[in-house]
Amino acid sequence: MPAAKAIRGIGHSTINAVWRIGVATRFFFLTLMYSGSSFRRFHLIIKELFSTGVMSLIIIIVAGMFVGMVLGLQGYETLKRYGSESALGVMVALGLVRELGPVVAALLFASRAGSAMTAEIGLMKATEQISAMEMMAVHPIARIVAPRFWAGIISMPLLAAMFSAVGVFGGYFVGVVQIGVDEGSFWSQMQAAVDFQHDILNGVIKSFVFGTAVTVIALFEGYDAPPTAEGVSGATTRTVVTSSLAILMLDFILTAMMFGGS
Amino acid sequence: MNFPKGKLITIMGLSGCGKTTLMRLIGGALKPVKGYIKVDGQITNDLSQDDLYAMRRKMGMLFQFGALFTDMSVYDNVAFQMREHTDLPEELIHDLVLMKLNAVGLRGTHNLMPSELSGGMARRVALARTVALDPMLIMYDEPFAGLDPISLTVVGDLVRRLNDALGATSIIVTHDVQESLKIVDYVYFMANGVIVAEGTPDEIRASEKDFVHQFVHGEMDGPVPFHYPGGGYRQDLNLQAV
Repeated sequence: MPAAKAIRGIGHSTINAVWRIGVATRFFFLTLMYSGSSFRRFHLIIKELFSTGVMSLIIIIVAGMFVGMVLGLQGYETLKRYGSESALGVMVALGLVRELGPVVAALLFASRAGSAMTAEIGLMKATEQISAMEMMAVHPIARIVAPRFWAGIISMPLLAAMFSAVGVFGGYFVGVVQIGVDEGSFWSQMQAAVDFQHDILNGVIKSFVFGTAVTVIALFEGYDAPPTAEGVSGATTRTVVTSSLAILMLDFILTAMMFGGS
Repeated sequence: MNFPKGKLITIMGLSGCGKTTLMRLIGGALKPVKGYIKVDGQITNDLSQDDLYAMRRKMGMLFQFGALFTDMSVYDNVAFQMREHTDLPEELIHDLVLMKLNAVGLRGTHNLMPSELSGGMARRVALARTVALDPMLIMYDEPFAGLDPISLTVVGDLVRRLNDALGATSIIVTHDVQESLKIVDYVYFMANGVIVAEGTPDEIRASEKDFVHQFVHGEMDGPVPFHYPGGGYRQDLNLQAV
């Protein structure tokens, strides 16, 4: 019966999905539980900060510059219609700090650092490095997962801040240097309109939440990957797809909570 | 199965007969549904995670392809357990690591990364890492797989010498009949998860049992069929009976 087979397939997929969510949640709490021992090996967190944070800087800076430049161009074209070109600085800064900085930086972080984390841990599993560590009485979550988790959480807000800062200079370059918007009003209106708590802090909270989501997804997918070439490649793809969707979904929820109706 | 202290014992059998599963049971990575595993007087399947990890500090396991940590140098791989489980000063760890590497003939590789080693060298570095904390029980999962004849003899000799020098117990899971019979004290043959034969290397060589004879001499004809069970050949090829 094709209908019965289809229903069975849907049921099977649903049970699998719920099962995976449960396993991922347990994995997240285990990571938190073993975080204490990773802080005692702080050099491991520093090493991971370098590979996830510092090595992502180039892509974040280049992307931030272009996004800021596009914001400068589009913003000028829109504001010019209302004779408000002088508010370009405010528009660029708010757009970046509240929204584009955390979101685009997180999307780039997921594709650059998240996929690398998944592939690395998946390959460690496929080559029995994780089993070897367990047999040496060293818990892999404490030694491999927790340092990467904290490195991801620390680097994501810093990368988002860097993205926003570079983006503001991109907007300045296009708006002030190229188009000729008044430099004084560009900076002074930005300074007056951007609120630390309402805008900057909320942006930081967003990037922290995105960093947690991306890092947990990337680490779980790597740790849970079947130990084959196909398994690792599938897990890497799932990391990028799931992280991207999670970022956009969380962004909507957080934006509604932070700015909805205000 | 019994693995007396100081002995080098091999477990042989066809692929999928449960050899590696047995090692994982001994190491506590799997729990038995029936029966028990006793190591150094402790039943491993009853141990809590902390006690199991304490037990594993007295064990070493060499994985089939070494399983060296690819993001660490040879030196750091061998020093790994010393740094994780002891408070030894770095100067002493340095000397111990070089001594362990010297024992496997690879002191000169301590600055290299695992990707710069050949398969045989990686196996020997992994062996140095396995015995880094002088374990009382060493398990080897296919230590001879994929090695050239020289590396094979070197690794076999090292396994025997390290076992004797450490006074440890060693369990080797292997398909390599000739090499393992040269170095071990006792042999278990497994098939479908049960022991089908056992004895000293001489007893195994002289065994009249069909399975052991076929396995030791690598014969095609015997109780182990060449073909995996399946449907009729003619039927699979859609040929009519003549």
